[in-house]
Amino acid sequence: MQAQSSGYLTVGRTSTVSGKRNASVEARISVSVLPGFHVNSNKPSEEYLIPLKLTWTATGALQPGAIVYPMPTQEKYEFAEKPLSVLTGNFDIVANFKVAGNASAGPGSAAGKLSYQACNNRACFAPKTVNVTVNYQIQ
Amino acid sequence: MNGRGRKAVTALRLLSAVVIAAVWGCLVTDCSGPQRPANVASVKPGKERHKAPDFALKDSDGKLVHLADYRGKVVLLDFWATWCGPCKIEIPWFEEFQRQHQGKGFAVIGVSMDDEGWGVVKPFLERLKVNYRILIGNDQTAQLYGGIDALPTTFLIDREGRIAAVHVGLVDRKEFENGIEQLLEAPTNASAPPAVPALFAGTE
Repeated sequence: MQAQSSGYLTVGRTSTVSGKRNASVEARISVSVLPGFHVNSNKPSEEYLIPLKLTWTATGALQPGAIVYPMPTQEKYEFAEKPLSVLTGNFDIVANFKVAGNASAGPGSAAGKLSYQACNNRACFAPKTVNVTVNYQIQ
Repeated sequence: MNGRGRKAVTALRLLSAVVIAAVWGCLVTDCSGPQRPANVASVKPGKERHKAPDFALKDSDGKLVHLADYRGKVVLLDFWATWCGPCKIEIPWFEEFQRQHQGKGFAVIGVSMDDEGWGVVKPFLERLKVNYRILIGNDQTAQLYGGIDALPTTFLIDREGRIAAVHVGLVDRKEFENGIEQLLEAPTNASAPPAVPALFAGTE
């Protein structure tokens, strides 16, 4: 998978996942946020904030399961009274899948979108979406 | 190298070190931050101002509003969004400016950049009891003003419809107050230059 960048956040290469029919597999999606910026976590501390969200658009022979987001940090910013639940720097999102029982052996790919909204200490930037691809190999 | 030459080299090295330290300091601490001293001129000189591009956007009553309708007034034009934390800091300041100066030919216009439109903006306005006009923006209007990547982005527009100041991101309240006062006190001038995208008009 090629690294996908969308302004303030980049999704790195994800190694190919492999498994047999009915097996549980996980894909580790590495994400990098530009220094000096943050993105809201998947569970922002304020209702008005836009969360980090990974959604699958096509998963082929993989059945999507739980998505595990990283533990956010609580950061205090000049523009907010309370600390905000945010993610900065490099982190991984873990996407769990189950290989379909009738999957044919061979390669394939799952496609999704990671939506986020970034800010720095003085300004916020329009919500953006970056493509995510997970390549798989059914054994 | 003689003594004078050595002194000159030393002075040059010192100057280089100061410049490098200043540039590095700005990279690390963001020198364009809100801590700018309040006595710095808050608005551009008249001859450096460019006409604010006109737009036609709808307000919460569905009425089409043109910026040109405000000619003769000092306008604070604020691009913001409900999901923008720094914008929420400035909105109460703008409400107060509206209350303080509306009788002197001053108006605040808020342009919301929320994709969801009035569905999210109206409840927000009711909650904050915003006392100035809010319009729903679009990409076309944003492009006229240089793209508006960061929110809040706020333009101070003089009585001739020219952009006198641009503030990108959260700035010190005093910065706005100084600018508004300077523009309200300034004598009016009938001629105005042609409109250019705000991007080329210079930003803070």
